[in-house]
Amino acid sequence: MAYMAYLVLSDGTAYEGRGIGYSGEAVGEVVFNTGMTGYQELLTDPSYTGQIVCMTYPLIGNCGVNAEDVESDAPKVRGFIVRNLCEAPSNWRSEGTLNDYLIKHKIVGLEGIDTRALTKKIRDGGTMSGIIAQTLPDEKKLAAVKAYAYRYPVGDISVKTAYETGGGDKRVAVIDYGLKNNILASLKRMGCRLKVFPSTVSAEEVLAYAPDGIMLTNGPGDPKENVREIETVKKLIGKKPMFGICLGHQLIALALGGDTQKLPYGHRGANHPVKDTATGKLFITSQNHGYAVRAETLAAKGTVSYLNYNDGTCEGMRYNDGLTFSVQFHPEVCPGPRDTAHLFTEFKDSIDAFSKQ
Amino acid sequence: MAKDPGIKRVLIIGSGPIAIGQAAEFDYAGTQACRALQNEGIYTILVNSNPATIMTDKQMASRVYLEPLTPAVLKNIILKEKPDSILPTLGGQTGLNLACELYESGFLTEHNVRLLGTNVDSIKKSEDRELFKETMEAIGEPCIESAIVYSVEDAVAFSKGAGFPLIVRPAYTLGGTGGGIADNEAQLKSVCKAGLSASRVGQCLIEKSVAGWKEIEYEVMRDEADNVITICSMENLDPVGIHTGDSIVFAPAQTLRDQEYQMLRSAALNIISALKICGGCNVQFALNTKSMEYAVIEVNPRVSRSSALASKATGYPIAKVATLIAVGYRLDEIINGVTGKTYACFEPTIDYVVAKFPRWPFDKFTEANKTLGTRMKATGEVMAIGENFEASLLKAVRSLELGFISLDYKKYGDMTKDELYCALALKNDERMFCVCAALRKGVSVALINEITTIDPWFLFKIKGIVELEERFKQIKGLKNLPIGLLKDAKQKGFADKAVAKWIGETEDAVRRHREKNGIRPVYKMVDTCAAEFDAVSPYYYSCYQTENEAHPVPNQSIVVLGSGPIRIGQGVEFDYCSVQCIRAVKESGYEAVIINNNPETVSTDFDISDRLYFEPLTSEEVWNVLALEKPAGVVVQFGGQTAIKLAKAVEDKGYRILGTSVDSINDAEDREAFDRLLETLKISRPAGRTVYTGEEALDAAHALGYPVLVRPSYVLGGQGMEIAYTDAEIRDYMDIINQTEQEHPILVDQYIEGKELEVDAICDGKDILIPGVMEHIERTGVHSGDSISRYPSATLKDAVVERLVDITKKLALGTKTLGLINIQYILKGDDIYIIEVNPRSSRTVPYISKVTGIPMVHLATRCCLGERLADMGYGLGLYKRSKVTAIKVPVFSNEKLPDLEISLSPEMKSTGEVLGLSYDPGEAILKGLYASGLKMDKGGVFISVANKSKAEMLPLAKALYALDFTLYATEGTAAALAAEGVAANAVKKLHESDDIERIIKSGKVKIIINTPTKGRNTRRDGFRIRRMAVENGVSCFTSLDTVSAFVEALKVGKNDGELSLIALQDIM
Repeated sequence: MAYMAYLVLSDGTAYEGRGIGYSGEAVGEVVFNTGMTGYQELLTDPSYTGQIVCMTYPLIGNCGVNAEDVESDAPKVRGFIVRNLCEAPSNWRSEGTLNDYLIKHKIVGLEGIDTRALTKKIRDGGTMSGIIAQTLPDEKKLAAVKAYAYRYPVGDISVKTAYETGGGDKRVAVIDYGLKNNILASLKRMGCRLKVFPSTVSAEEVLAYAPDGIMLTNGPGDPKENVREIETVKKLIGKKPMFGICLGHQLIALALGGDTQKLPYGHRGANHPVKDTATGKLFITSQNHGYAVRAETLAAKGTVSYLNYNDGTCEGMRYNDGLTFSVQFHPEVCPGPRDTAHLFTEFKDSIDAFSKQ
Repeated sequence: MAKDPGIKRVLIIGSGPIAIGQAAEFDYAGTQACRALQNEGIYTILVNSNPATIMTDKQMASRVYLEPLTPAVLKNIILKEKPDSILPTLGGQTGLNLACELYESGFLTEHNVRLLGTNVDSIKKSEDRELFKETMEAIGEPCIESAIVYSVEDAVAFSKGAGFPLIVRPAYTLGGTGGGIADNEAQLKSVCKAGLSASRVGQCLIEKSVAGWKEIEYEVMRDEADNVITICSMENLDPVGIHTGDSIVFAPAQTLRDQEYQMLRSAALNIISALKICGGCNVQFALNTKSMEYAVIEVNPRVSRSSALASKATGYPIAKVATLIAVGYRLDEIINGVTGKTYACFEPTIDYVVAKFPRWPFDKFTEANKTLGTRMKATGEVMAIGENFEASLLKAVRSLELGFISLDYKKYGDMTKDELYCALALKNDERMFCVCAALRKGVSVALINEITTIDPWFLFKIKGIVELEERFKQIKGLKNLPIGLLKDAKQKGFADKAVAKWIGETEDAVRRHREKNGIRPVYKMVDTCAAEFDAVSPYYYSCYQTENEAHPVPNQSIVVLGSGPIRIGQGVEFDYCSVQCIRAVKESGYEAVIINNNPETVSTDFDISDRLYFEPLTSEEVWNVLALEKPAGVVVQFGGQTAIKLAKAVEDKGYRILGTSVDSINDAEDREAFDRLLETLKISRPAGRTVYTGEEALDAAHALGYPVLVRPSYVLGGQGMEIAYTDAEIRDYMDIINQTEQEHPILVDQYIEGKELEVDAICDGKDILIPGVMEHIERTGVHSGDSISRYPSATLKDAVVERLVDITKKLALGTKTLGLINIQYILKGDDIYIIEVNPRSSRTVPYISKVTGIPMVHLATRCCLGERLADMGYGLGLYKRSKVTAIKVPVFSNEKLPDLEISLSPEMKSTGEVLGLSYDPGEAILKGLYASGLKMDKGGVFISVANKSKAEMLPLAKALYALDFTLYATEGTAAALAAEGVAANAVKKLHESDDIERIIKSGKVKIIINTPTKGRNTRRDGFRIRRMAVENGVSCFTSLDTVSAFVEALKVGKNDGELSLIALQDIM
């Protein structure tokens, strides 16, 4: 039975809607995503750890859920906000409704609020924390919402013990900061065998695997909190071909002495145009990040390979060592447009070239 | 890259007259192209034969040619204007074909004219079936397996590899006559055999059937630097099997997972890259509902109806960007007008749901075949934007103006389950309502899906609407209506009027009740980016959420009501008037606001008005906008009958109508009030009566004497208008008309045969200005929209003209007209009778404005705002007679509508019009006929006329004979001709032999002259001959007046390459 529920932002703004998913409360950083498809991939993307995600497209859940369209073992979002949740999905792969899925995975959700008003609020006021609850929070609770901070989420979600997966003649060490399954799948398609390491792995352990290349994955949170991880990356840079995606991209930048900044409201969606600075070519990319690399702090270390058309932020770096490159967007997609899949080929080419030397 | 400095003079080819399958969307695209090029400082030369369009306005291009769209004419324009380039992809298939033909003839190369945008090789690759298949195979994109066969054996051989089901399509037959679906070899043999014999070249296309697969479309763009983006995905509610133009379509695609969406998106981008298209492109896919299997159905390497829809659905101006790409810009060099800051190189994302619903002509053509298939039948469409699926669908249904206020349609509601199963299997224009009725009766989604193959997602959503409708029916009175339920219904797009009907209250009571409870719409912006960026586009839709984004200042704006979907009788000309009115309003210092629901039009381009509300044109939605805008006034006289019908609702809520008042509008439409006025003014009209029942109609007919003209009051386009000669015809007519509830009475008038004259006048309440008097070529009894019309009149005596001006002035003042008025007259001898008065703009306003140079809508708008004609500089009374003769020729889409009676009658049938302009009146007719697509080659003429017309036919037959036509006639007629010294080949009547069929099918006969006897009996010879003509692409004249114009034109003795050229800029 439908029940009333609210989203209350840290500034006190309240939105009244209906509760969906798991019945309970959820506090997190409220962000919006403008993608029109791929809600299940998005829910299970570990980069959303600790966040309440609001979908700007109003009809969500149309295709139900299935066992395949997942980017990790379970949903990682803290809360989920939609305008309309589909009760009767239809897709040949559908195994159940999104609502049941949210309930099963204890994800608290909210339906029926003016999601566009919320989006504009975040756009204009910047990302803020909020709570989904069945009653309006009292002052004490609101103060807790205001004080909400999720420190070092990577530590919580990275794999605890290393494991190997895939087969092939080239070995890639993958450092998991909250990886999306499709990064592994993309590397496997390139014919790589993989060893996935916890984020806290030491450089020595990684190198002991004798990798042909190193992949730094996506992940949640403020990159600067990953102190130990940055130290490891520092030691690994220049040793092997290295490819960083999203958080991986930011950690490389920090490891090389560069800086990152928090974006006002981040980039989350499947329509972000980036420019390949070498060729001038345009690519539409899938993005999910709240921080960006300040390219000007790395001028001596490398060049910007991709730029965001909308706000001019750095979307990729190519470093002077000729081995290290990284992108802020998600070439592994799922969800999102597949225009930049060539980056995995590029990585593989770099690995092949390096191992021939 | 940037603009190519070598591009200085560009020829833009328009799409010509509105026809089914090629409508106002190309006026929208062409207008954007003209504006974009003008902004670039490029000298533009526009050619389009359609005078009702905005793009052919003098200001839209440096040179505007209203000329026939034939290769010979285009060549002469190129020689005269010396363009350096041609923009071929904005004028529909017509423009594209012409450009390709000119290119292939070597003419363009010879004269150093290049084609902008996509090159001809690429166009060929997407249009030629074989080349397309090869290209797709080369890049690994799957096509639908097919083969061309000349024998049943070949077909069977193909089936061994391809499997079943297979579709058999005979070559060169219209409407797929003789084709069919085969599920096994036995069926294939019989269907193929029939198909081969139906095809005049004995050829069939055998194609793997993907009927029932999802039909998904992508609008994609590419620039010369190979940057590719997707603008919009669309999903047809009607799966593969029904033409996308006849499908209910939603944007974005609703039932695709990211995997499927991205797979097809990548495929679309691969295709546009492989084809090297520069500009916009539409790619249609069939997607298996049970796997990831898909096939490319079709690619359109140009802007299209779908791109217009995608532009309106997202706010991304595809035609404008495509134009800029064509002159050399890259996507990242073109500013996104919606944000004003970002560039065109992004993919729009939307945060609402868009529905497109086709508008079919079957409300008028009750006897035409309504089955939907691969040949498009809709004349227009509506679009609706909603916060969810339900709201977008219901808003779209209400926008159709077919009387639907909900999904509850009585016709199907009364059917039994068994009847519904049968009805569901019919793919026709009412399938949506049939589905609703079935759901209402408890038929399962699974079963409906099995019968219709409509995706269960849509069916479940529709079921939700139906269940909510049923809940309302259980509630009696507002006091029993839970507020939560009402709010839910409003969010889902339910109309107050529907709620009121179900719970037994008035619409006003429901409205007051919900407003009292805070249930009011807010307006959200269409911004291409789902609010991610701050946008400036003044483009809004309503929804029942919390935050309003439209913030007008009271008393600053004037609201213009648009004309809704293109339908027969209300076409693009009313959009022309609306846009002109918007411009005039802006110039007067007010903010111009438009409400409209047609995605194909210029008026719904977001940068035409100061604010665009994309909403149904119903009283509820109009009131809502007015409540927000608090406008200084509302203009209703330019949006056709759609807007006129809303006048009372506007006034009832206390808003000011600018222009002719509601009372005056009613007086002009109300028979008795109008008769009283005519009596006072001493103006005659054919005697007539107002009736409601069949008996009353018979009494009236007897009193007046046959023939009589019967028609409903308050109609446009002569809807349901007929000449009746017998009691039986009156009875038939009244039976049909009374099937739907008639709010207004039926008029029975004496039919007077004479010359029809038409006048459009502007009146400021004191003075009038008449740009000119138009004379119809066909005598009374043919709808004015279907008549060839001539301005200035060739035959009128000065005294008659003077009296016409006098009567027009009396009528304009007598009806208290403020703004435009359209009057149709009959001239019999020297007597003038009134046929009808329309207190609004008319179909003829655009072309008369263009020919005379009087900006009629502009002046009329200023009159509405209180200015005086005397101060406008165009004089008063009748404007000086133009030296140029303008001939307006109607254009029909008969070949698209099987079983339609094509003969000219009081009921309008044409979908579009063209203009012929010349200083020589005869040549003007010739140009008009050329422009209309009539083949002017000499050849065989088959004459078969009613007995009463034989005497009149004789001189025409003689003239044709003298012009070297070979005559064929039925035995009686041939004998009569022989007696006059005209040799004609005698043929036997249709029911006696296959003579007639043979001469038509063999191509011996190029023209058929067949005047109808009476009635619309489809079994009669005449009807069958006329349809045979249409089916075989043979021109058919059904009025001898048209034939005499044809003869007059032929006597000019010019082919299209010898015609004079006139640019609008040269007419003074």
